Amino acid sequence: MNNDLTETFRTEAGELLAELEAALLVLETAPGESGQIGRLFRCLHTLKGSGAMSGYGEIASFAHKLEDVLEVLRAGNVTVGAKLIDRVLSAADLIQTMLDDPDPLLSNKRADEILAALRELLAPFSGPPKNDQTPGESDREPQELSCANPCEQPLSDSPPVTTYRIFFRPNRDIFNRGVNPALLLQDLRTLGTCRITVDVDAMPDLWDMDPEGCYTSWDIILSTSEDINALKDVFIFVEEDCELKIERICEDSNLEEVPRKRLGEMLVEKGDATLEQVSRVLGKQKRLGEMLVEEGVVSPSKVRAALMEQRQLREIVEKKKEQVEQSTASVRVPAAKLDSMVDLVGELVTVQASLRQLARSKKFPELRLIAEQVDRLTSELRDNTMSLRMVPIGATFNKFSRLVRDLSAELSKEVVLTTEGSQVELDKTVIERLQDPLVHIIRNSMDHGIETPEKRLSRGKNRKGALHLSAQHSGAYVLVKIADDGAGLDTRALLARGIEKGLVQPDSQLSEKEIFSLIFAQGFSTAKQVTSVSGRGVGMDVVKRAIDSMGGSIEIFSPKGLGTTITLKLPLTLAIIDGLLVKVGEGYFVLPLSFVEECIELTRQDAAKDNGRQLTFIRQNLVPYIRLRDLFSTDAPPPPVEQIVIAQTPEGKIGLVVDKVVGQHQTVIKNLGKLYRNVRAVSGTTILGDGTVALIVDIPKIVDSLALNETAPEGGVPAPH
Amino acid sequence: MKSSEQAVTTQFLTFKLGGEVFAFAIGRVREVLDYTAVTKIPEMPDFMLGVINLRGSVVTVVDMRLKFGMGPTPRAVNTCIVIVEIELEGETTILGALADCVQEVVDLDPENIEPPPRIGARVKSRFIEGMCKNGEDFITILDIDGVFSREELEMRQNCPRDLAAAS
Repeated sequence: MNNDLTETFRTEAGELLAELEAALLVLETAPGESGQIGRLFRCLHTLKGSGAMSGYGEIASFAHKLEDVLEVLRAGNVTVGAKLIDRVLSAADLIQTMLDDPDPLLSNKRADEILAALRELLAPFSGPPKNDQTPGESDREPQELSCANPCEQPLSDSPPVTTYRIFFRPNRDIFNRGVNPALLLQDLRTLGTCRITVDVDAMPDLWDMDPEGCYTSWDIILSTSEDINALKDVFIFVEEDCELKIERICEDSNLEEVPRKRLGEMLVEKGDATLEQVSRVLGKQKRLGEMLVEEGVVSPSKVRAALMEQRQLREIVEKKKEQVEQSTASVRVPAAKLDSMVDLVGELVTVQASLRQLARSKKFPELRLIAEQVDRLTSELRDNTMSLRMVPIGATFNKFSRLVRDLSAELSKEVVLTTEGSQVELDKTVIERLQDPLVHIIRNSMDHGIETPEKRLSRGKNRKGALHLSAQHSGAYVLVKIADDGAGLDTRALLARGIEKGLVQPDSQLSEKEIFSLIFAQGFSTAKQVTSVSGRGVGMDVVKRAIDSMGGSIEIFSPKGLGTTITLKLPLTLAIIDGLLVKVGEGYFVLPLSFVEECIELTRQDAAKDNGRQLTFIRQNLVPYIRLRDLFSTDAPPPPVEQIVIAQTPEGKIGLVVDKVVGQHQTVIKNLGKLYRNVRAVSGTTILGDGTVALIVDIPKIVDSLALNETAPEGGVPAPH
Repeated sequence: MKSSEQAVTTQFLTFKLGGEVFAFAIGRVREVLDYTAVTKIPEMPDFMLGVINLRGSVVTVVDMRLKFGMGPTPRAVNTCIVIVEIELEGETTILGALADCVQEVVDLDPENIEPPPRIGARVKSRFIEGMCKNGEDFITILDIDGVFSREELEMRQNCPRDLAAAS
């Protein structure tokens, strides 16, 4: 159970830190925004509360101290400078390290350093009592702060006070566990105003009493600004060994609005008296209003008005409650559950396809009607399920503002990052796999693309470089663009380097596009020196591989001197692809539709004319082709007219010869599993409507393996073995 | 846990491969299917017959006779696929074993189960958990994790026949 708690906290903390970072970076560009300061404090506060609850005491106390130190920001007369942001960012980093690898000695030292630095920075702004603080004094500060009582915090921002009723009955053998309940009660007292009544009813006669047993229980009423987690924290080590009930009885600092509980209600609630008993006694009593009217103190209408007012207030409180409930109307679900749901829906789609096939073949109108309805529901369900896995790309974009900021400092360049389309949603897996490629591209842009401020000024550009991240929908794809206004790619340098590396023949004529694609070659870099940021030539090939593996593609646009735009075309989801169903021999295969350009016929005469050269002309362009029947060693004889499916791959066009093109097919991808990791030609499988398994052809890998075979001396018909 | 489970298991599912009787511990058998069309995966050894659709999951089918060097299994009315659970790199996976026919579930007294013979068996001794005589038949109890280990399944070729030939 404890592990669960820790795990939850780690996820939560990760999100909070990201949020904190985002708030800081916004603050840096717009220092006046008090909303962002509020956001920052909210994050710290939640970190503190949940951290304490989940056993990350270090983080909780650090967050608490940070809150104290930064308190002056809330006053609003502090200009937030880069230095301050730096310090707070490093504090956030520290929290992250504390999360990953709690090493109290090291992190405490670092924490004190950061806090001291922050205090020094903020000293001129703090209030009068702390005004004359010298750096020497501030060293002593942490001690003082760590024992500071949270409920003694300045009342200026009046944290909401909540009142709790706690019932605490330790097990009889609690003393044997070395727990002293009195200490726990003392801890509670430090949290706020506290009334404790002890219940000794269970105490037996002296003869029967076990002197080492605990017979008492306590009723505690506590008003505190801490949240319930802090209360639970007090009892965290005795949770298993006691009967503990913590109830919130009223909330909010504006207690006037909350209808006060009456004595009778309280007794009933606590189970000390039954409702009937109380109401019987109450029945004897007249209402206050009636009595007042009888006595002639006030007129009946005055009483009605007062009652109206009372009701009004109650309604307000109820409305407020409703709003709170609505704001928590989202649910956090483990990704694994979603994945299994997607799997199930995938199966449902498959079953539904067979149902449709059956309904069409039978002359049974009712069945067909039902099948159609199932059809509609299934596709709706599928779309809905897929949308559950969709995550807006904005969070990913935000992470890069930090990267850009750090890199600018490291490279002494000035770069402004702008983002667009952060609401565009992509499959969770795609987003995860996109992270690394984007880091590489941004690093490259900032290191090689954007020039130093001096150089930019001399070229008549704005001193600050611009980096623009954007995302937009385009059919079943999302285009993610990374655009900089830097120097652009130098085609001549690229070509020279390509020739040097033996990637390009010295006399070959390459199009601009082909030259650009050189940067994706392994170990390719035109950087004159290797920096810590980039230039080693690993990077872009990694980018390409990652994007290819998702079934996406990369395009580069780079007018010299004006900047570079890299466009990543990514599929919305990886679980379902649009495929072209083809037949070879007796087997069915699926070609990912994203690669397919067109289909043409290949008659036997045509094939014979080519003298086994396996090349065909398409609008004056020579396109090589391979036969899937060779690749998949199908024995059946080919039909007289075969089809060539022309696929566009990053390496160029390639034709895949199949017996028959069946049609478009919504393909639910089933992975083949570990046993088949060495299989090159197949990327997965799918289940067809009739229940048979079809293989999904991995076109880029086939092209790669063909290219490898090309270099082999035999040549001939290349087929991977 | 596994060893205790094995000690308790006395029930076995017997099946025939080329006239010989083999058995799997019943605890590892999920179900028995009639033969259905298998989709071949390229670049895999012959005994890795391909994959089938088992209620929405893609399941690998191994031709046991090819694996043991007994020549391909002829498809007949009784040809069936025994679905077993295997441990593959710490994960439980299901896998189909193609057999000529399944026979019955038998109770075998652990006392009567002999350790695998060093020589003379049709299949490699590391695939065998024990041998047992049951009436007229001699049953070879197979070690599921030994037969379907990753190394065995990723082997490029079929099992060499030399051992079988030597017998």
